[in-house]
Amino acid sequence: MTDATITEPEATEHHDDGHGHASDVLYMKVAAGLAVLTGMEVAWPYLIDDGPVLMFPLLIVMAIKFVIIAAFFMHLKFDSKILSRVFYSGLGLAVGVYIIALLTFRVFEGQV
Amino acid sequence: MTETTLSDELDDARALEQRSERAAAYADGPDGHDHHATNTGISNPKLAMWVFLGSECLLFGGLISTFLLYKHNNQAGGPTPHELYDIELTSISSFVLLMSSLTMVLAVSAIQRGEHSRLRLWLATTAILGATFIAGQVYEFQVFVKEGLGFTTNAAGSAFFALTGFHGVHVSLGIVMLLSALVLSLAGRIPQARAEAVEIVGLYWHFVDVVWVLIFTVVYLIP
Amino acid sequence: MTTTTPPTGPLALPSGEEPRRNPLGAFARPTATAGWRSWMTSVDHKRIGIMYGAASLFFLLIGGFEALLIRVQLAQPDGQLLSADAYNQIYTMHGTTMIFLVVMPIGAAFMNYLIPLQIGARDVAFPRLNALSFWTFMGGGIVLNSSWLLGGGADGGWFNYAPNNGVVFSPSHGIDFWNMGLLITGIASLVGAINLIVTCLNLRAPGMTFFKMPVFTWMGLVTQFLLLFAIPVLTAAQFLLLFDRLFGARFFDTSAGADPLLWEHLFWIFGHPEVYIMILPAFGVISEIMPTFSRKPIFGYPFMIFSGIAIGFMGWGVWAHHMFASGVGPLSVAAFSVSTMFIAVPTGVKIFNWLATMWGGRLKFSAPMLYSVGLVTMFTIGGLSGVTHAVAASDTQQTDTYYIVAHFHYVLFGGALFGFIGGWYFWWPKVFGYVLNDRVGKVNFWILLIGFNLTFGPMHILGLQGMPRRIYSYRDGYGFNLWNFVSTVGAFIIAVSFLIFFWNIVRSRRAHVRSGATMVADPWDARSLEWSVPSPTPAHNFDVVPTIRRLDDFWHRKYQEDAGGKLVRVATSEEVAQPGNGEGVHLPSPSYWPLVLSAGFPFVAWGLIFNLWLCLVGGILVVAAIYGWVLEPSTAPEAHRGSDDHDPDDHPAPTDDGAAATPEEAALVD
Repeated sequence: MTDATITEPEATEHHDDGHGHASDVLYMKVAAGLAVLTGMEVAWPYLIDDGPVLMFPLLIVMAIKFVIIAAFFMHLKFDSKILSRVFYSGLGLAVGVYIIALLTFRVFEGQV
Repeated sequence: MTETTLSDELDDARALEQRSERAAAYADGPDGHDHHATNTGISNPKLAMWVFLGSECLLFGGLISTFLLYKHNNQAGGPTPHELYDIELTSISSFVLLMSSLTMVLAVSAIQRGEHSRLRLWLATTAILGATFIAGQVYEFQVFVKEGLGFTTNAAGSAFFALTGFHGVHVSLGIVMLLSALVLSLAGRIPQARAEAVEIVGLYWHFVDVVWVLIFTVVYLIP
Repeated sequence: MTTTTPPTGPLALPSGEEPRRNPLGAFARPTATAGWRSWMTSVDHKRIGIMYGAASLFFLLIGGFEALLIRVQLAQPDGQLLSADAYNQIYTMHGTTMIFLVVMPIGAAFMNYLIPLQIGARDVAFPRLNALSFWTFMGGGIVLNSSWLLGGGADGGWFNYAPNNGVVFSPSHGIDFWNMGLLITGIASLVGAINLIVTCLNLRAPGMTFFKMPVFTWMGLVTQFLLLFAIPVLTAAQFLLLFDRLFGARFFDTSAGADPLLWEHLFWIFGHPEVYIMILPAFGVISEIMPTFSRKPIFGYPFMIFSGIAIGFMGWGVWAHHMFASGVGPLSVAAFSVSTMFIAVPTGVKIFNWLATMWGGRLKFSAPMLYSVGLVTMFTIGGLSGVTHAVAASDTQQTDTYYIVAHFHYVLFGGALFGFIGGWYFWWPKVFGYVLNDRVGKVNFWILLIGFNLTFGPMHILGLQGMPRRIYSYRDGYGFNLWNFVSTVGAFIIAVSFLIFFWNIVRSRRAHVRSGATMVADPWDARSLEWSVPSPTPAHNFDVVPTIRRLDDFWHRKYQEDAGGKLVRVATSEEVAQPGNGEGVHLPSPSYWPLVLSAGFPFVAWGLIFNLWLCLVGGILVVAAIYGWVLEPSTAPEAHRGSDDHDPDDHPAPTDDGAAATPEEAALVD
């Protein structure tokens, strides 16, 4: 009896997670994390002058922020895989073709 | 061989039976809608929004690439945007937009629990944060024009205003959607069962935010 | 409660509930089911498909007329019919019209009509957005062609390269019309793409897994993904051009140090997938026709699908082969040369699969089959000349010559249009309830084939002789005279073949009416689901949504293997076809809003060119229509009263996330 009463709420909680309703607390934690990352981004150019050491960490943090927002706020982490596939295929295609196009303009030369 | 054919026929018969069962269910079903469940399990509007956002990546990609190509190009005279940036101001407005994503997600989670007044509160907050962002952008544009960089001054100016302006228009459309959702909610047209409508507006809003994450780094922070 | 008055006849619901009135009150909901009004407000994917087809045939007449003007001008040296300026406008508009207003919408016509039928759906995912796509497309076509009346057409070629597309080099408003018209058709394509992708992903009949979908539907899905991702690239480029031309931005202003290659890159990142957007639906069409008239399943179904997907992917990695002569640099040229050669592989896979489908089949050369074989042969010729462009060194010789013109007419006319005409002959009975005369169709085919090869075959020779594209006249004595004359004769033979086609439509219809026969569901003994419903297709498509157990399920209901492993007929088409009884089926209701919303776009376009107040008019139309749309339920409460034994709205509306879009959410998509 006692066992049952204890396990029941846990089971429902688990069930809720399965349906992917992240809690408001989680959202706030995520937002706090994003805020910290943004702060780091803004501070970085004050610490580093120029060159790849400046650029690459910024790009990496940008990508991390992007993925976090998409995964948590936009629910891709909890939703059907097909949504991620559609969205990220568009994103990947965009990154791919435009970087190739910019390479033909030699835009990145002198930066990297 | 004969057996397989027989079993095939049986299968066919069963399929036919299923069909007529479905037909019966169709005619007498509780609501008469046979497409209640979709193949992917995702509702059509939500899937459509994601498909649309996938295509938006290509649109913004083109504008960002144009900016990257022209960002130092002031051959027609005038300053480049990089000489005029006010990183502090932009950081603050970026932070405001980032936080509007949080309030948006809280609005969605409120209506999923059926808390209408909270939904309205968070929708209004999100719209206000978005409007703050737009106000910052309008201020920034004004300063740029005052300092001699207009839309037509040089290629870098054109590319900068086109990209950030396009994003601004997206944010503004998002604000209109949020306010429309707010009015609909006040009119009682967004019951808990239609939480997904808010979720879809939210997807658009987060996308606009996520594009700004890219723009903030690529356009403002990287020299 | 106190009143005992019986509910006033037509508006009462069986439940006694008062019908919800349109909150804006501007329009009563359209109810007509026949007449022109019912077509203007229709949200039925079949009617929209038919309208797409009719509109593209209309634009085909315009584009064809432009082609004849070009050919008459070039029939002899020193042609006097057109001035250089008029010639520039005519060839630009010919290309633009044929690509955006003919081939693409014919593909859209087939996909709109057939995809829901082939996957066993009652309609597309968003019926009203579907209507919006069509009317927006019409609006774009009207804006584009209104340039003829408002100061002349675009004159920079269908690609409108920078800096020629700037006001300095093209001071008339022609390019603005081009720009705005295509921005509007772009909206139409994007909305259509989202709609059909969601339809394919979400509305398949029970048992219809992805690898049981017919090849046409698959090619349609790949096409829609290409549209989805390619159109925004063009849109971005066109917005930049719009800002340049109308508001003085500096994106393509070479005097401000702008790089003209930016436009070329953006245009061809869109432009090359566009090529496959045009050809893949035609590939799908003949992949349905060939098995039917070979009486064999398609050879290598998975290879067909994967090669289609591969073409879709690789189509994104080859765009710069349009720019070999533009100075993109040796590394880019080498890389894109190689990737271009690779894309011939999946296309070749398809060609061999069609040949293998025919191999050993019981071939029946009816008109649709002739056109399909025509596609395979003519497209192969175009593909081979395409491979010669992939070799950058040889391409440098061919760039901007008639050899290129020959190549793309072989793939787009000999490929896409041949397939589509075959598709018309094939699906005509399903759509209109009568068969186009097969003998006339065969005559039509041979005349078209001869005319086509006479027109475009000689252009290979002209190009290799060095005749440049886009020149409005040439002098005597270069050796261009004979082949240009032959080409012009061929163009008129093509025109005759189209007249025969139109005559065949009228003639066959008359013959059908005179005979009084009813059309059978399955005249060709075909394989896919659309043949299991009556001809013409009833408004509700399927009486019962079929359960699918294998590829070509409909065929296997008619034929099964006997003891010897031989296919024998176990049922006639009539036995397995549905009777077409739509009782109890709910269909989305017609709506004015898609039409109103689309009507706003041309005014915005004209307003940007002439007077910003006109923009305001357009903007008000758009905004009003969006809100009208949002507040209007997708199924009118009073719809289908009577024929129906239960109330469509006796379940709470908000939980309805079914086939038809719920109003708020549907509106959010656009």
